[in-house]
Amino acid sequence: MPKIWTIIDKEWAEVFKNRLVLFTVIFMPILFTALPLIMVAIGSSQADMGDATDLPASYLEMCGDLTGSACFTLMMVNQFLLLFMMMPLIIPVTIAAYSIVGEKTTRCLEPLLATPITTAELLIGKSLAALIPGVLATWLSFGVFAVVAYMLVQSPELLRRILDPMWITAIGLVGPLLALAGINVTLMVSSRVSDPRTAEQVSALLILPLLGIFFAQIIGVIAVNVQLMQLAAVVMVAIDAGLVYLGVRAFQREVTEWANQRMGESANEQIGE
Amino acid sequence: MIHTENLTKKFGDRTAVEALELDVREGEVFGFLGPNGAGKTTTVRMLTTLIGPTSGTATVNGFRVGQADTDIRRCTGILTETPGMYDRLSAEKNLTIFARLYEVEDVKGQVEKYLRFLGLWDRRADLVGNFSKGMKQKLAICRALLHEPAVVFLDEPTSGLDPEAARLVRDFIEEIKAHGRTIFLCTHNLDEADRLCDRIGVMKQRLITVDTPMNLRQKLYGRKVVFHLREADDALLARVRALPFIKEAQRVDNKLVFGLDDPEAHNPALVRLLVEAGADIQFVGELRHSLEDVYLSLVGSTD
Ligand SMILES: Nc1ncnc2c1ncn2[C@@H]1O[C@H](COP(=O)(O)OP(=O)(O)OP(=O)(O)O)[C@@H](O)[C@H]1O
Ligand SMILES: [Mg+2]
Repeated sequence: MPKIWTIIDKEWAEVFKNRLVLFTVIFMPILFTALPLIMVAIGSSQADMGDATDLPASYLEMCGDLTGSACFTLMMVNQFLLLFMMMPLIIPVTIAAYSIVGEKTTRCLEPLLATPITTAELLIGKSLAALIPGVLATWLSFGVFAVVAYMLVQSPELLRRILDPMWITAIGLVGPLLALAGINVTLMVSSRVSDPRTAEQVSALLILPLLGIFFAQIIGVIAVNVQLMQLAAVVMVAIDAGLVYLGVRAFQREVTEWANQRMGESANEQIGE
Repeated sequence: MIHTENLTKKFGDRTAVEALELDVREGEVFGFLGPNGAGKTTTVRMLTTLIGPTSGTATVNGFRVGQADTDIRRCTGILTETPGMYDRLSAEKNLTIFARLYEVEDVKGQVEKYLRFLGLWDRRADLVGNFSKGMKQKLAICRALLHEPAVVFLDEPTSGLDPEAARLVRDFIEEIKAHGRTIFLCTHNLDEADRLCDRIGVMKQRLITVDTPMNLRQKLYGRKVVFHLREADDALLARVRALPFIKEAQRVDNKLVFGLDDPEAHNPALVRLLVEAGADIQFVGELRHSLEDVYLSLVGSTD
């Protein structure tokens, strides 16, 4: 167990000095918080939204006795909250992609693998090191979003809707679980490739199903609700357990060509700082 | 300390190490020599459980490779071919991480001990990326020693270093050697092997030979003594050649070179004879073949 903390500590000290990773961790949350807030600000400044008849019927139903601008805001919020779910996926996957492959290119992985650390400890340490900042950044931006949106719209009802159990489940649980799945796939891929971008690209495919849900909701094909979210959480727990197990088993602990000097020279040039 | 039987590693159809039989004793510095691609690094990786052998067995400190890998990792330290330090972390942080991973009890104490040992205590907060190559290499060697392992593997510790840095590192290894640890040293530098190693194994896919540097020379060339005289001629040479213990005699200008089995026993008689014959002896010395000659003829003969 203490070795897991050592890995986390090391990752944070090391990975956050990588500019690309730092950029993702800082820029993504700011973007994902600012965009919906701008939409909310635009929505609430439009006074003639009183009747709000041009909103989709499903929303009118959902809004109940909310004012037009609050209803519009809620709609925006609903759509962007899905992005909040995706955020903890994108940040950690970037970190995870660099954490194994980066250590191969700098040749730090070989001495690490020579220590008595178990593969599970190494991978769990790396997963958590990638997961925690992403989740914290998401929660922080969600909090900022909720507070600023409330200040803009001044509707306690809206705040209640944002802090709805469905969204708490989604952002508090499903997002991090999705992220864990993404990280594990990334780690699995990155133990077998020698270029971080390959690992990142493969893992980026994971976002596609989520984007599918996002657009399905925008065009009104499905309306996510709390039951759906709870189901998603349960399913994700099972998927994560399977992926962690598979990840540890499939991890290629043996050093291969990446550790050899001649191969390494070119790899060193590749690592964009 | 290290024992291998029939240890073999194949990468596809290419055999990197073939039927290696090694015995490294406790407390010795064992030099591992061989040309590029001979399989030295592959052997070290097998012995440190970084790659699995294709066939054969090996034990390190009594633990069997493939069966007690974690135990082996606990009691070995390795300087990998490329040291792989975290350049963006401080020297202290680098060592601390590894001390924890190696389950060192007194992490702070061990890290301080080795930083002081290196004379880097004052620079402990500096990023490793700012250290010179020689310093980095020494730091990487210390990283391999933090948990006071029974066996240390050093894979080409002085390659890529300038002569001064290489010397720093070599002196450093000599210091470690004085602590009585078993050291397995891969190197291309023959003077280094000659100076540091108790025994040397020469390999090229298979193990060609193992012996002390001295015996290796002797086995190939026997021992030779050279006498520098003020003047020498063939008549003098003929008189010496008549002695029963002289195996070989040669004159090069004013120098006489003799091959004999036991110079310590026979030199006094030789000196006496030369003096009685009226020769003015200026210098007497042993003619040493460099290990390089030995190595090249060993490695060359397998082609
Ligand atoms: N992961 C790998 N996959 C395929 N071939 C490999 C791998 N690692 C090493 N080899 C091959 O095995 C042979 C032995 O390599 P090794 O690195 O052990 O040699 P070495 O004696 O350490 O050489 P050097 O002096 O250059 O360090 C070489 O032919 C090398 O190309
Ligand atoms: Mg090598």
